[in-house]
Amino acid sequence: MSYQPIRFYQTGTFTVGNRLLPDEQRSVQANMRRTNSLNSGHRACQGCGEALGARYTIDAAMEATQRQLVAANATGCLEVFSTPYPETSWQIPWIHSLFGNAAAVGTGIAAALRVKGRHDVRVIAQGGDGGTTDIGFGCLSGMFERNDDVLYICYDNEGYMNTGVQRSSATPPAARTNTTMPLGQSAGNRFGQGKYLPAIAMAHDIPYVATATVAELHDLEAKVRRAMEFRGARYIHVFVPCPLGWGHDSAATIRIARLAKETGLFPVFEAEGGRVTHVSRIKRKLPVEEYLRPQQRYAHLFRDPPRRDVIERIQQLADRNILRYRLTDGVERRA
Amino acid sequence: MLKQIEGSAAVAEAVALCRPEVICAYPISPQTHIVEALGRMVTDGRLAPCEFINVESEFAAMSVAIGASAAGARAYTATASQGLLFMAEAVYNAAGLGLPIVMTVANRAIGAPINIWNDHTDALSQRDCGWIQLFAEDNQEALDLHLQAFRLAEELSLPVMVCMDGFILTHAYERVDLPTQQQVDAYLPPYLPRQVLDPAEPISIGAMVGPEAFMEVRYLAHAKQRQALDLIPSWAEEFRRIFGRDSGGLTHAYRVDDAEIVVVALGSVLGTIKDTVDEMRTGGTRIGVLGIGCFRPWPTAAVREALQTAKRVVVLEKSLAVGLGGIVSNNVAASYAGSPDRVHTVIAGLGGRAITRQSLHRLLGQAVEGGLEPLTFLDLDHALVERVIARERGQRRSGPIAEGILRDLGVVAARAG
Repeated sequence: MSYQPIRFYQTGTFTVGNRLLPDEQRSVQANMRRTNSLNSGHRACQGCGEALGARYTIDAAMEATQRQLVAANATGCLEVFSTPYPETSWQIPWIHSLFGNAAAVGTGIAAALRVKGRHDVRVIAQGGDGGTTDIGFGCLSGMFERNDDVLYICYDNEGYMNTGVQRSSATPPAARTNTTMPLGQSAGNRFGQGKYLPAIAMAHDIPYVATATVAELHDLEAKVRRAMEFRGARYIHVFVPCPLGWGHDSAATIRIARLAKETGLFPVFEAEGGRVTHVSRIKRKLPVEEYLRPQQRYAHLFRDPPRRDVIERIQQLADRNILRYRLTDGVERRA
Repeated sequence: MLKQIEGSAAVAEAVALCRPEVICAYPISPQTHIVEALGRMVTDGRLAPCEFINVESEFAAMSVAIGASAAGARAYTATASQGLLFMAEAVYNAAGLGLPIVMTVANRAIGAPINIWNDHTDALSQRDCGWIQLFAEDNQEALDLHLQAFRLAEELSLPVMVCMDGFILTHAYERVDLPTQQQVDAYLPPYLPRQVLDPAEPISIGAMVGPEAFMEVRYLAHAKQRQALDLIPSWAEEFRRIFGRDSGGLTHAYRVDDAEIVVVALGSVLGTIKDTVDEMRTGGTRIGVLGIGCFRPWPTAAVREALQTAKRVVVLEKSLAVGLGGIVSNNVAASYAGSPDRVHTVIAGLGGRAITRQSLHRLLGQAVEGGLEPLTFLDLDHALVERVIARERGQRRSGPIAEGILRDLGVVAARAG
């Protein structure tokens, strides 16, 4: 990926003005010829991070593949809010089969295209964190291991939101969900060992793994475009806040996503062949409290007396990420 | 071309002649030889173009087949037993989406206790999943049914399951007549999907359907399956013309014309039953056999007609509706014009227990004399069962049942009879 040094930033956000970029680097969404692959009129909640992430992802993939794209979708919010017929929002060939098999359906589509000589048509499989890290994990790992030519997108909102906010293996420690209620001495979801899919994907040594957030949509687009330059299994893990499940203001989705990255709780990076090649550094390191406070799912940590012990443990997780992925190193690291 | 080959090899040859484009393979006995053979054909280029995918589970196997079929490829897989159950969610999904996948089920018992031998519990557990289910009586029919399955599936946009008895057929070396590629091509037209994931004409498949339309979608699945009841007999003549033999069909009636007792069964056991019936006919008993070739859709009219003269019907089935009795017999009773209490259920051959002519003579003799119970477990070792019941009565922690029975039996190796 060739970036040119960017000098002009929007005040306070570090977001570069689109107009200042050369044509080929401008946002797909800013282009009048964008495909609106996930069209307006769907039934996502106000401020839905997943809808935003999916829209940017699929439009970028459509652009990268000259509109030769097929998508397989796991059961979940994205599937439900986008399809109640006859109001499908999908402007691309799209199939939903089951909750746990999106990666395998993607494999099947890719196999069919290969056998028919349609090397120009590319395949995306996508799902939420439940469909990816839990019920769809076997199929996903199989797809990675075989290096099938599928780009898998996980829209991670850290829980089963479609069924009414329950814990998934991507739910962070201390978060309140309807199956991890902070009652009595409980501080919400337990501190487990975590199940960090981007690292698991990298352990499969697949050609390309990336993480992104909806706070940096231009970065997300670039990663989708980059992913489409590879053949084989690719994985992008997109951090998508959920106003309903996390209990934050609908207007705060992007800010929350940015805070996740700037605190170090959600590392943003790229990896090729199992090796990290690029890390989006934290521009101004913030304490995790800044990220936790605006979310009702962490409200129990800030009651009287506040759970300093728990907040401190979460801070340690962020600090570990910062060390592990070198998130605060002076220069952006590139291969 | 006549060849003396294993049943699995015959099926693999038949599938290959149907030019499948995507094959998903996951090993489970006794199906494994089929996909092994197909894998070799793809690797050595005999079967091309075809993608052979070694998946990580049966659930993935069916899911890959779903993706491939929806993208317009002719898709095939094979499974058995636990594998069929593990993919069950996707099995229903393939039918619901109307994807014409063909799958061989090498029928095998379902655990626990784990058992690799033949019965029909696996396929019959999926009887309401929306797949057409065909049962083969011998290896020639197993081969032929696959040719018919692809055609039927693609004509109706419904998946088809070809069921053949595990080991008894899959591992038996029999003479089969292998058709030529020319013959198969004349019989099976190229796959023209009704729905396909194509960037040139984007469609959504698998959308949420609410109460406003769900009933209609389900009804159409039923109506389509019932269409197969007309298609299967009407294609028989064409099959005979191209391949020079009769094969498949809804039912196989054998000596039923004047039969007062008709034995109904599925699969390879029909051979033993026919031999027994021949012997009983020699003795003057008016007895016949009705083989069910197509279990789903259920051939109501054909069964009713074949049972017209029957005063008694004995349904011998390798499956058990636990807590009720028979699965097949329920279907038979619903199609029998006579009194349902004249339909006898015989549960036989579970987990590979051999069904012998001797046992059948004893059983059918009882039927002739009018002494057959409504529900019989053929060759059940009552003494063994009583011991377990006594043990459970005697102590709370009586231990695991299966292991207790084996200890009572004192055998370490599985016995066939």
